[in-house]
Amino acid sequence: MADYEPVLLKHEGVENIRSLEVYRANGGYQSLAKALKTTPDEVIDEVKRANLRGRGGAGFPAGVKWTFLPKDRKRTLLCVNADESEPPTFSNRYLMEADPHMVLEGTILASFATQAQTAYVYMRIEFHEPFHIMQRAIDEAYAAGLLGKNILKSGYDLDVYIHRGAGAYVCGEETGLIESIEGKRGWPRIKPPFPAVEGLFGQPTVVNNVETVANIPHILERGADWFKSIGTDSSSGPKLFCVCGPVNKPGCYEGPMTISCEELVMSDAYGGGMRRGVPLKAVFPGGISMGVLKSDELQMKMDFDDPRNFGLLGLGTAAAVVVNAESDMRDVLRNVSRFYSHESCGQCTQCREGTSWLYKIASRIAMGAGRIEDIDLLEEVSGNMGMMPGFSICGLPDGATFPIRGIVQKFRAELEEGIRNQPSGRADALLNVLN
Amino acid sequence: MAWETIDRNVPAYDAEAPAVLTEALQEKIRAFFPRYDTKRAALLPALHIVQNTLGQVSWQAMREVADLLEIKPSDVFDVLSFYTHFWTNPQGQKVVTVCRSITCELLGGREVLEAVKKELGIDEHHTTPDGTFSIAVEECLAGCDHAPCLLINEKLHKCVKPEDVPKLLADADNTTLDMPRSTLYDGPGGVGSGGVGSGGVGSGGVGSGGGDSDGGDSDGGGSDDAGDAIGKTSDVAEMEESK
Ligand SMILES: Cc1cc2nc3c(=O)[nH]c(=O)nc-3n(C[C@H](O)[C@H](O)[C@H](O)COP(=O)(O)O)c2cc1C
Ligand code: SF4
Ligand code: FES
Repeated sequence: MADYEPVLLKHEGVENIRSLEVYRANGGYQSLAKALKTTPDEVIDEVKRANLRGRGGAGFPAGVKWTFLPKDRKRTLLCVNADESEPPTFSNRYLMEADPHMVLEGTILASFATQAQTAYVYMRIEFHEPFHIMQRAIDEAYAAGLLGKNILKSGYDLDVYIHRGAGAYVCGEETGLIESIEGKRGWPRIKPPFPAVEGLFGQPTVVNNVETVANIPHILERGADWFKSIGTDSSSGPKLFCVCGPVNKPGCYEGPMTISCEELVMSDAYGGGMRRGVPLKAVFPGGISMGVLKSDELQMKMDFDDPRNFGLLGLGTAAAVVVNAESDMRDVLRNVSRFYSHESCGQCTQCREGTSWLYKIASRIAMGAGRIEDIDLLEEVSGNMGMMPGFSICGLPDGATFPIRGIVQKFRAELEEGIRNQPSGRADALLNVLN
Repeated sequence: MAWETIDRNVPAYDAEAPAVLTEALQEKIRAFFPRYDTKRAALLPALHIVQNTLGQVSWQAMREVADLLEIKPSDVFDVLSFYTHFWTNPQGQKVVTVCRSITCELLGGREVLEAVKKELGIDEHHTTPDGTFSIAVEECLAGCDHAPCLLINEKLHKCVKPEDVPKLLADADNTTLDMPRSTLYDGPGGVGSGGVGSGGVGSGGVGSGGGDSDGGDSDGGGSDDAGDAIGKTSDVAEMEESK
């Protein structure tokens, strides 16, 4: 994508861009100044027209979400979701470290649009550098009158606080996040009521992802039409992509949502191809929760729609991890299933029990004690959990079942072969552990 | 999330314990109250502050935090036990948190964890007898472009090779974040040193030009070429853990 002009990463290489002074010298906070002279509704309309879809995983249009707030509300709270715990996703981290004021300007704009006077950035505790970098940006913004009372003499007041998590994937789910800020276990809430009506501290609340808000300054600066000119109608605007695993250039890249998974992994502009030329076996292109692609499915477009044509849940976080021919899918299966059994919050029986049984079955297979019928069992268990059949409070078990079913369906032959070739005797030895 | 709180081998009940929250610590926690509608919402910040300073959240600390926030000790324990980050028994001054998620595992993370265990002579979720090191494992640390990686307290170490581990652990500076930092939370590692602010490095105020950390590079410095495949260590111990 030689002709792609970076937007979110446009300041890459600008020295000291983390400082307010340099950010401003590069045109920063001009969108905010402009917006504060208009009305919140004008900001909402522009973002809606741009069709800025949420970058946190679900792809819901941000402007539309904002309009779900009750018209007669007295207060609004905004939460910026910086929990980023979906393996292997690191684009929020990258963005906050690379350009904290861009994220902060977006946060202020999203707050203004929704008339929030308090915004919380929910950040996972493992983010230490991002915390200090963002907190510093916030401190600078307060000192410069960009936060606090009467921002840029507009009469608009806003406080922004970072709330640090404590190690729980499920706190990235928007209602788990809300509970966590309230000082509780990160147990997702049954919806409705949706956060827009009754969220944090019972107030109308909007949750937006870091990358989502970072797009807003650019939309206001260059207009919805410019934004829509990037990508496609339903997948418009710039997008951050992560690529990692045994590739030559793992990293966070920006591009339009017209690129294919193959380009993301293989092209020199992105992942740079397979390291040591070892053939590619599989890619999880949207964070592990979206599911898996075989090596002959890489033509999939990295947009909001095409993943469904390949049996995936969606675009997710657009973070791709590559598996090469030297790795055993039984180990991948075990690693992925362990993640969900560890991270299920335990409220819903199907999710709690299902994820832990999936992990136990996957472990048995990975340890060389699997049975052919275990593969069907994995498929059966994973088919019975999640929001898709409608039995769970949050989307975590869907994220658990898509990769597991994907591996089982797309790599069945390899799993079967592994089971057939496993050394005899292990099964008996391990049965004691399992029963 | 954790159903287990870390290191359960030592009973933690300490009904006779003396008060642990100094006035300075309480003040630091109270400073978070104005941010939220309820005092309870300051619970996670409070637990972080306590653990950073005291190296653990003891039962006594839970009781005192509960008093400060006007909730019950059971509320505090309920929350604390949900999150993997909190320790009810003393953690080492340096907590080595090794990533075990997919990218790190694909690129040799298991071998790195084994090397850390071997070097320190302890298992996951345990602490060396001299109280210097603890080992923890975590899911994806969002440093996958530099897998395999691990955290030592606040510092992320990237593209770690098993053979680098002894040197890495011996490095006196392996926890130092080389950047201006906020004093809202002290860094972890205040064990035994007592008092507020012992772990912090000073805040460096507003406007003194940050941007010096190497956190955001995408130079693609993946790990070496050897062994991209997941190691085949079929450990019964891990199976036990999943029971
Ligand atoms: C289990 C689970 C984990 C999630 N983790 C994150 C996360 O780490 N970051 C994030 O932005 N969204 C996460 N989400 C999605 C959020 O619930 C929510 O949709 C999103 O933050 C909304 O922001 P957006 O509309 O800007 O994308 C998660 C969802 C689920 C079900
Ligand atoms: S679906 Fe799973 S993670 Fe979500 S609320 Fe239920 S038990 Fe918790
Ligand atoms: S998988 Fe280890 S940092 Fe993401």
